[in-house]
Amino acid sequence: MAASGLSAEVDVGQVVLPGDVLLLPAAPNADGERLRLGPSSAPRGRLLCGPGLRRCAAGLLVTKCGLLRHRPPAGAGTGGGAYWVDSQQKRYVPVKGDPIIGIVTAKAGDIFKVDVGGSEQASLSYLAFEGATKRNRPNVQVGDLVYGQFIVANKDMEPEMVCIDSSGRANGMGIIGHEGLLFKVSLGLIRKLLAPNCEIIQELGQLYPFEIVLGMNGRIWDPREVISTPQDWIHQQSGLLHLFVALSPNLGTGAFL
Amino acid sequence: MGSEPEPGCALRPFAVEQGLLSRPDGSAAFVQGDTSVLAGVYGPAEVRSSRESPERAALDVLLRPKVGLPGVLERSREQMVRRACEAALLGELHPRSSVTLVLQVVSDAGSLLSCCLNAACLALLDAGLPLRSLFCGVTCALAPDGAVALDPSARQEKEARAVLTFAFESTEKRLLLSTTRGACSAKEVEYVRDVHGTSV
Repeated sequence: MAASGLSAEVDVGQVVLPGDVLLLPAAPNADGERLRLGPSSAPRGRLLCGPGLRRCAAGLLVTKCGLLRHRPPAGAGTGGGAYWVDSQQKRYVPVKGDPIIGIVTAKAGDIFKVDVGGSEQASLSYLAFEGATKRNRPNVQVGDLVYGQFIVANKDMEPEMVCIDSSGRANGMGIIGHEGLLFKVSLGLIRKLLAPNCEIIQELGQLYPFEIVLGMNGRIWDPREVISTPQDWIHQQSGLLHLFVALSPNLGTGAFL
Repeated sequence: MGSEPEPGCALRPFAVEQGLLSRPDGSAAFVQGDTSVLAGVYGPAEVRSSRESPERAALDVLLRPKVGLPGVLERSREQMVRRACEAALLGELHPRSSVTLVLQVVSDAGSLLSCCLNAACLALLDAGLPLRSLFCGVTCALAPDGAVALDPSARQEKEARAVLTFAFESTEKRLLLSTTRGACSAKEVEYVRDVHGTSV
């Protein structure tokens, strides 16, 4: 456990617990009030407070258990950057822009209700598909799987998802097939699989070509898998999960449960 | 940490396992001596409209006894655990949702309420819910001769003049919950809380 009141920079990569306070690096120049001229007056980097952290009077208050991560700012500014806590979780909380796999649970007039695994069902307009118009409605049935992203994800409002990007193209989103296998893993594993240059995906791709859809809400859809019996299902699910664990020696096995 | 524990003032050995249940979003089993409680947390989940609050997550605590149906004692303990958890949980980050905490008594060999509090905290932590701080519970028994036993067994509780349970949060060691059973003076409560509670 990191003692409360440690510097945020020192704690990066360490386990932090709720209640810990991370002190932020002091302003680089003590005379911050004074106007400075010349190249040294680069503005201080903006500090982003990511998941598992909140701002408090002393610095950053940790609210989740996990490893503290830091990404330095893109520019030349010192201090700032993004801090967050990498934690394991099973329940998904909608975040704007997240790609997710949902299950259509109801059709109500102009909108579909989609189960995304959060505390509330998301709404999906019938116009939020590529090429959809008032005349040309997409053929969406209850029970279909949809791959889309959130455009409204707010703790006070019903989340809303769409299956098009900002230019109106599907870009891989939309209804995903009626066959295949959908299974759930922890949110931490999904984040690892979606990270750039993920070892697991690369090694798996070297063994045999495959195609999977990953949703940030902890759902994975494998379109190739054809399931005929429940025994198949159980076998395949545990097989895939074991494969993920076995192929990731450097990632720590405890993180996969 | 106290430098030299007084006789009877050591905690029984305790152990915890997190994430052992597959269905709940977070789970923990807490064992304190021969007392054992299994906790499961569901949330932030869909909420019944009657319990929905635009301000914060609705927290429900269910305490299941080892045998039989929950009675008045379980209800009162549910409320105590709920208040302690509400103080630690940042419920305002998940308004219009519900958090349900189910505590199943596996075996009761004394200090059950403090074991419930410890299991609840670790299950909330496992679920990844936002917390202000961690918390812990501790039970003390006051013997008729005035001796204090920390983390008493069922026999010590039965023989005791009074049984006191406190919950503390982790950052500033502030009191979250205080409950007593039996007869004791206010001075004794303060003594036990300050001397033995903070040494935990």
